[in-house]
Amino acid sequence: MTTTDNRAPVHMGMPTRLVTVSVDEREVSVPEGSTILAACDAAGEDTPTLCYGDTLTPKNACRVCMVEVEGSRVLVPSCSRRVQEGMEVKTDTERVRHSRRLVLEMLGSSVDLSTTPRVADWMVRYAADPERFGPPAGEQFDRDVHEPGEHHLPDGSTAATMEQPVKVDNDLYVRDYSKCILCYKCVDACGEQWQNTFAIQVAGRGFDSQISTEFSVELPDSACVYCGNCVEVCPTGALSFKSEFDMRDAGTWDEERQTETTTVCTFCGVGCNLTLHVQDNEIVKVSSPHDHSVGHGNLCIKGRFGFQHVQSREDRKRRND
Amino acid sequence: MDLKFTDAEPSADEREAVDRLIGVADSGWYGGERAAEDHRRSFGGQSARSRRDLVLEALHAVNDRVGWISPGALNYVGRRLSIPPADVYSVATFYALFSTHPRPRRIVHVCTDIACEAKGSKQVCADLEERLGPPSAVAGWKHSPCLGICERSPAALAVEAGDPAIERTLGPTTSHEVLQALEIGPAAVTSEAAATMAVPQAGQDGLLLLQRVGAVDPESLTDFVAAEGYSGLRRALELQPAKVVEEVKAAKLLGRGGAAFPAAVKWESTAAQEATPRYLVCNADESEPGTFKDRAILEGDPFSLIEAMVIAGYAIGAERGYIYLRGEYPRSLRLLRNAIEQSRAHGYLGEDILGSGYSFEIEIRRGAGAYICGEETAIFNSIEGYRGEPRSKPPFPFEAGLFGKPTVVNNVETLVNVPLIMRIGSTAYAELGTGDSTGPKLFCVSGNVARPGVYEVPFGVTLGEVLELAGGVSQGNSLQAVLLGGAAGGFVRPDELDIPLTFEGTRSRSTTLGSGVVLAFDDTVDLPSILVRIARFFRDESCGQCVPCRVGTVRQEEALVRISTRRDDDPTATASDILLLRDVGLAMKDSSICGLGQAAWNAVESAIDRVGVLEEST
Repeated sequence: MTTTDNRAPVHMGMPTRLVTVSVDEREVSVPEGSTILAACDAAGEDTPTLCYGDTLTPKNACRVCMVEVEGSRVLVPSCSRRVQEGMEVKTDTERVRHSRRLVLEMLGSSVDLSTTPRVADWMVRYAADPERFGPPAGEQFDRDVHEPGEHHLPDGSTAATMEQPVKVDNDLYVRDYSKCILCYKCVDACGEQWQNTFAIQVAGRGFDSQISTEFSVELPDSACVYCGNCVEVCPTGALSFKSEFDMRDAGTWDEERQTETTTVCTFCGVGCNLTLHVQDNEIVKVSSPHDHSVGHGNLCIKGRFGFQHVQSREDRKRRND
Repeated sequence: MDLKFTDAEPSADEREAVDRLIGVADSGWYGGERAAEDHRRSFGGQSARSRRDLVLEALHAVNDRVGWISPGALNYVGRRLSIPPADVYSVATFYALFSTHPRPRRIVHVCTDIACEAKGSKQVCADLEERLGPPSAVAGWKHSPCLGICERSPAALAVEAGDPAIERTLGPTTSHEVLQALEIGPAAVTSEAAATMAVPQAGQDGLLLLQRVGAVDPESLTDFVAAEGYSGLRRALELQPAKVVEEVKAAKLLGRGGAAFPAAVKWESTAAQEATPRYLVCNADESEPGTFKDRAILEGDPFSLIEAMVIAGYAIGAERGYIYLRGEYPRSLRLLRNAIEQSRAHGYLGEDILGSGYSFEIEIRRGAGAYICGEETAIFNSIEGYRGEPRSKPPFPFEAGLFGKPTVVNNVETLVNVPLIMRIGSTAYAELGTGDSTGPKLFCVSGNVARPGVYEVPFGVTLGEVLELAGGVSQGNSLQAVLLGGAAGGFVRPDELDIPLTFEGTRSRSTTLGSGVVLAFDDTVDLPSILVRIARFFRDESCGQCVPCRVGTVRQEEALVRISTRRDDDPTATASDILLLRDVGLAMKDSSICGLGQAAWNAVESAIDRVGVLEEST
């Protein structure tokens, strides 16, 4: 509104109409403009999602949330398609189960999902057997070299994977692209949806695609500002705090023993909320609540990684001397 | 935008190549010389960001000049167009014709796709491998997907970077010719092939779409106008735009690119949108293996496309049209540029066309080796300077297409029907062909036939008749199978030559017309090997955005390689691989974002179920 009249009405937004759809033959009403996923949630369906992010525009790339919609020739991504009055959604038909199973098998056979939350349950639920495609092909060292439209012909004895060396090029976070499902969430968080830093993008084409900086330069040479917002949204643990990565490596990472404390960042006056993950009285990583109105899960380098001084204790100093 | 670049600087050549395209940088902020006043001026804003759509052209400029895109050149393109270097890199590494690592100035892309495999490309490659080592950018020769020169298979595209870059198509080629092209350069080996080579019917009476091919000089506007050129436009301009749409609707023109969608419906719904500007995109990215009909038109009668686009633009109220031309068509590029220039100079294009008050501009955008960019939304991303990844629909192009504005995307062949409709009227046009498939149709006949080429026939002839036109299978051999509609189409058996080649006729026989590919394989061809090549094609051309297609095309290729190397040694294992193929195929069909993944299993499925290709092993 351009008026400066202080008697102008308070803008309340448009009243929201409810739309009624049926999910597995149960009627649910959700606000107009909601996604099918929201309707499935409302109907109590547990829909698997990977590339969906609550703070990001749906990319609908992973295709694990597919549902059947009456009248649609193909299955429909529930995370992005908006509901329409009278829509008939089916989430557990043979077709849906087949597609979800195959997507899980394809991901499981090509990506290390060992740190992806919940995926093991879904594998069981859909009876997915990632090993049916053959033994994994093993580590590749040239995934950062891009020759789109070309690949070495496989002999079929193994199944191609994303497996490759871990990228440890700075002290703050680690990129383990063997675990990357190419969901684009880090790219979107780094780019125009949140950080506007544009340090990373998808490079290459097809199965040989890879999240990458320009010419795969290391992060310190790239535009990265270490806000860690990419780590925040990564659904598989491909991006992780160096502290977490080292502890996992040493076998000391134990989420059962961790507590989470949400507090306000003290570095400046913006008021971002931090969630400190603490194990054995040490901060092991920092996340940020996605539903907080200030940061929506985003932080800067200070809030995200600037916690070491908190635990710079006398006894520890002495121990390190 | 505050962009961070590495220290790599462009060479003088690279800088000049980019500057020639977009002008010399006027400030140090955008890659030019830093001057004192740069510190006292502010730059940026919309004007600085608005030319992202030039990134593909800028990368072409560099790649054409030096043969590859160095870190310095990449930085310079990013600085000049205000695009982050990671973004420029992500675009550059999406396209097969670009290289982001050093390679020699001369390179030959040898087609190994299905039409060329049927005609001996494997032998050409084996010879080259012996002489030059395995294919790689460094060795100077590479395998290529279909180059759209199927009438002269086995084919190759020889490129020499420089100012200007020289590109020549070779075909039918030999390893000797490829080696020559590498040694003494493509220009010394061959001149441009004549357009009529692709059109055996050239000069015959009664042709409607191909009437000018071979009959007029494709570089001459005068010749074009003398042969009824631009008379369709004159007629259109006498009508109101809505009336032009009505005529096309009454003519029942269906899209010729593969989807067979009614052209007038696209036009109508786009014209009805309030948002402006509206855009017209001509899809000239024909890359479906076995398809070369658009090339025949572009090389033989380029002005007809310009005429068609002006009429279409007028009908939908667009101010600007883009021709998205596949990067492997150097001759088409040259001829289209000439046609646009001449048409503009004589009032058929640009401001106030033929005094009608209507203005329309056309820009060409070159693809750079990515089949997926022919997908109707990927083409928008590619033109806008992003990776050629398809978008989710809805929204559909008529609501939010190019630059987020209402857009019509039409194939070349679809468009060139429009001046014809204007000229002869919708009634006469609709009388051609059958009830549901009206007008003339171009078929790309290749593979093991006596006279491969583009053939124009009225809709309604049978598959057998089209093969007969092309001289039938080579003497002494018998037909094994025919692939209809390209790699995304389907195989049919030799006893099905009575299939009527219409949209409804193929549909009723559970196959597809696709883009008009009729690719014949005789009994000398190893079909399991052709299936592996089709799988390899989809694996290479998948954009990688969605999981079913990105991984599914890999698993499909692996299984087909297993089956084809195993042959009938282990029927149980093959049966289980076929089951796996079916599972993967269904998931790709049901859950991929776009038509590429949805169709990636079609041809293989039809080969198994309809032709029984793998039967001996099950």
